Amino acid sequence: MAEQRRVEDLHLRNLTKRFGDFVAVDDLTLTIPAGSFFALLGPSGCGKTTTLRMVAGLEDPSTGSISIGDRDVTGLRAFKRPVNTVFQSYALFPHLDIFENVAFGLRRRGIKDVKPIVESMLDLVQLTPLARRKPKQLSGGQQQRVAVARALINEPDVLLLDEPLGALDLKLRRQMQIELKRIQIEVGTTFVHVTHDQEEAMTMADTVAVMNEGRIEQMGDPADIYELPTTVFVARFLGQSNLFAGQRAGSAADAIKVASHGHEFTVPDTRNSAPGGSVIVGVRPEKMTIVDAGDHIPEHHDRVAGRVVDVSYTGVSTQYLVQTSWGEEISVFEQNDVVGDRSAVGDSVEVHWDRAHAFGLDGTGLSQENVETEQTSVA
Amino acid sequence: MPALVPTSNAGSDTPPQVAARKARTGYLLLLPGMGWLAVFFAIPFVTLIVTSLQVPAGASGVYAPGFDIANYAEAITQYGNLYVRSFIYAGLATIFALIIAYPLAYFIAFRGGQWKGLLLVLVIAPTFASFLLRTYAWRTILADEGPVTGFFNALGVLPEGRILSTSIAVIAGLTYNFLPFMILPLFAALDKIDHRLIEASNDLYASPVTTFRKIVWPLSLPGVVAGTLLTFIPASGDYINAQLLGSITTRMIGSAIQVNFIQFRDYPIASALSVILMFIILIIVSIYIRRSGTEDLV
Repeated sequence: MAEQRRVEDLHLRNLTKRFGDFVAVDDLTLTIPAGSFFALLGPSGCGKTTTLRMVAGLEDPSTGSISIGDRDVTGLRAFKRPVNTVFQSYALFPHLDIFENVAFGLRRRGIKDVKPIVESMLDLVQLTPLARRKPKQLSGGQQQRVAVARALINEPDVLLLDEPLGALDLKLRRQMQIELKRIQIEVGTTFVHVTHDQEEAMTMADTVAVMNEGRIEQMGDPADIYELPTTVFVARFLGQSNLFAGQRAGSAADAIKVASHGHEFTVPDTRNSAPGGSVIVGVRPEKMTIVDAGDHIPEHHDRVAGRVVDVSYTGVSTQYLVQTSWGEEISVFEQNDVVGDRSAVGDSVEVHWDRAHAFGLDGTGLSQENVETEQTSVA
Repeated sequence: MPALVPTSNAGSDTPPQVAARKARTGYLLLLPGMGWLAVFFAIPFVTLIVTSLQVPAGASGVYAPGFDIANYAEAITQYGNLYVRSFIYAGLATIFALIIAYPLAYFIAFRGGQWKGLLLVLVIAPTFASFLLRTYAWRTILADEGPVTGFFNALGVLPEGRILSTSIAVIAGLTYNFLPFMILPLFAALDKIDHRLIEASNDLYASPVTTFRKIVWPLSLPGVVAGTLLTFIPASGDYINAQLLGSITTRMIGSAIQVNFIQFRDYPIASALSVILMFIILIIVSIYIRRSGTEDLV
C-alpha cells in the first residue's frame, strides 16, 4: 500500500443543502488538497456531517458541485464514487466475519484474488489474528480499525471519517488518534475528518476548518487558528478565550488602541481582524499571568484588576476565575512550575498579558453581554 | 487497604449455600412453564399416542387399549396422497405468502416512517374478524358467477373454468389467511436492520440490488425462517380452507382427521393421522432450520 498513488484535490463549489426551510450547508466553497488530513470541526448541527455525506454521495446537494481533480462527481451515486467512508459507530456488517467485511468493497468491484490484499490490509491495522471473528466479538477499538481497513482497502481518492472516535473512551481515543495519523501518513490518501472534538481535530489534522451554521468560519493550520482566531465563534469554540468588547480609540506603532471598560488595550495590527470601530479584544487564558495587586508588571503588558472567585488545581496547571470590576469573569491558566505561592479565593489581583498575544475581533453587532453569554454557553 | 480485602473477596467468590439457593430459585421460576407444558402438551401428546394404538371394541366410537400398529398402516395407505397434497398446498401457500409479504414488510420497515404503527395494525386488522367468516367471504369473492372468475375466464387462464372448488381457491385461501403470520416476523427482522449498513454497502461499491442480496436478505433470514414456519406449519394441518373453498378432490390431511374424528368417530385413525402429521412436520422443519443456518445470524 505504500507505493505513491496519484491523488487529487477535492473541490466543493457553492455547495448548499436545504432540508425544508433549514439550510444545513450554506454555499460552501472549499478545496481540500490531495494527501492532506483535513478536519471539519464544529458543534452538532453545524452542517459538517451533511457536507461529508454529500461528498460520499449519501445525500444529494440542493445546489453546487463536488469534484475530485477534474472529475465532477456530483451526480454520481454513492456506489460509483471513488470515495469511502468510516461511519460513526462503524456500521460493520454483523453477518460477515472481519475478513469478509474488509473484502466487501474489493469483491463488489469484481477483484478476483482478494486474499493477499485483505491480508496486507489487516496487517496494516494489526488485526490479522482476528480475521475469522464476527464484528460483535471485537472491542470498540478493534471494530474501529476494521472500519478503517474496510474503507481504505479500496484505495479511495478520499477517505471520509464521520466522528470515527466518538464511541471510544478517552484513553483509547488518544491511542487511535495517533494510529489514524500513522495510517494516513503511510497510505498518503486524503482524509476528511468530521468531529466536534477540537482537541482531536488539532492533534490529527494538517488543516482544520471550523464550521458554524453551515458556513466555514475559519480555516488553516491548527496552531495558526488557535493563536489567531478571526471570529468570536472560533475564539470560543477552539479552546477558551477571554473577550473584552470595546471601541477603537487610536493607533500606536503597528498596533491599535481599544478602549474597553475604562481600560486601554493594545492589539497588534497584524492580529486585528476587526474592520471597523467596534473591536473585541481576545486573550487566551494561558497567555495571562496573575499577580498580587500592586506587584510589578512588565513593560508592553496590558492589565486588568480583579478578585479571584474560583481556583481549580488540575495538577499540571491551576485555573483561576477572576472577576473584573465590571463583573466579567476571566479565566487564567497558570503552570504549576513554582511550589506554593498560589492566589486564593478573595485575593485582589491583577491579570496581565503581553500585548503581542492579544487579538482583535470584529465586534459589530455584539455587545459585551453577547460575548459573555456566548462564552458561558460554551463552558 | 487490608480492610477492603474480605469484602471484595465475598463479592467475587459466592459462598456455596448462596449458589445453591440461587439455583433453587431458578428451578422454582421454571415451574409454572413446566407445569403448563406438562398439562397442555406432554399429557395430551401421550394420550394421543395411546389412542392411536387402540383397537375397536364392538360398538362404533368405543375402543379398548391395545397396541395396534395397523392404525398407522391404514392411515398411510388410505391417506398418503392427502399428506402429499397438504404439504404441496402448504408449501405453495408459504411461497406465495413470502412473495407478497416480503415487499410489504420491507416497505413498512424502511419507508413506513411515522405510519409504521398504523400500517402494522392494518396488516393484522383482518384477523379481528373470525377466520371462518373471512374464508366464507372468499366463497363469495371467488364464486363462479363473480367478477373475479369472470375476469380470469375472459383471459382464458382457468383450466377448469372456475376458481371455487379448485386447488387454486384452497391455496389462495391458505395464502390469504396466514399472510399476517408471514408479515409480522419479516417486519420485525427488517425493522432491526441498521440503515447505516445499507449506506455502508452503497459506499463500498454495492449497487442497490447487490446490497439487497448481500446485506438485507441475509440479515432478514431469521424473519424469513420464522415467517415461513408460522405459515407452513398451521397451513399443512388446516382443513377450513380445503373444506370451504375446495372440493372432494382438494381435501387436505386436516379434513381427513376431522372426518375420522367427528363423523366416523374413528379416534385411533384420527390420532394416528395427527401423530404422523406432527412427525413429518418435525422432520421437515428440522431439515429446514439446519439448512437455513440461522443460528449463525445475529
